[in-house]
Amino acid sequence: MTQQSLAGKIALVTGASRGIGRAVALELGRLGATVIGTATSEAGAASISEGLEAAKVAGQGKVLNVTDAASVTDLLKAITEEYGAPLILVNNAGITKDNLMMRMKDEEWDAVIDTNLKSVYRTSKACLRGMTKARWGRIINISSVVATMGNLGQANYAASKAGVEGFTRSLAREVGSRNITVNSVAPGFIATDMTEVLPEAQKELLVKQIPLARLGQPEEIAAVVGFLATEPAAYITGETLHVNGGMNMR
Amino acid sequence: MSTIEERVKKIVAEQLGVKEGEIQNSSSFVEDLGADSLDTVELVMALEEEFETEIPDEEAEKITTVQEAMDYVTANQ
Repeated sequence: MTQQSLAGKIALVTGASRGIGRAVALELGRLGATVIGTATSEAGAASISEGLEAAKVAGQGKVLNVTDAASVTDLLKAITEEYGAPLILVNNAGITKDNLMMRMKDEEWDAVIDTNLKSVYRTSKACLRGMTKARWGRIINISSVVATMGNLGQANYAASKAGVEGFTRSLAREVGSRNITVNSVAPGFIATDMTEVLPEAQKELLVKQIPLARLGQPEEIAAVVGFLATEPAAYITGETLHVNGGMNMR
Repeated sequence: MSTIEERVKKIVAEQLGVKEGEIQNSSSFVEDLGADSLDTVELVMALEEEFETEIPDEEAEKITTVQEAMDYVTANQ
């Protein structure tokens, strides 16, 4: 693979201020793409801009609320005017609001489904026009091992991520004829702020279930996302790539 | 300045990958020009851009031939 295989391409990565999203933004930049990373706050967007600049990646951080359709439309308009249409979309923004089902609040259910699943609908729809016109596109959705394994206290999160995988397969069928591929990457337990909050005892228990006996690193997910964005992955679509240290072999 | 007919036919030709000479006013996008469902959606979007108008979904569904596209554009100029 050439070092700059994504040169000239505009990539949009949601939730790019930290964790997997940040690593993905840097990896796509390393591959030559101009990267727009989004965060929910100005501070987050500024931190993305700094990170990209430090890595000598073209692009910048932008504020985006993925649960707000107008916010998505406005951002797409701004990106298209300033840089051109994003042809690589990485739907990474996500939250957890864990609770046992019998205690789960409607707000916890709705917030997770809206941020993790409906957001993917909003951003993908907004980017598709540019992709169909270009007759080239890559949509890469970050799912989770929890989509297939389930996890107690995460019925909302698991439902949102399993939804993302179904969305991936349907959209892949719709737009395949336009040379647009749609895939998911399902990380296992990755060392990020999202898993940092887990109790130490639970983390130890988790690691015992992972053949590779450690949490994954964000860069190990970013490498797979980067691959899916490049030309050698052109014949992969509708697929979910599992990157979990062997904890959920299929 | 091209006529509406010329502009519509140019867009149809570009979008569906057919020669302008093969396009009749009576041509149906799907039956005569080989469009699939995604082609018809893209075609309507291209018409919206060319004529700087918004075509509501319920109107878009009724545009199935070149003539119908021309009629819509003429009526909504």
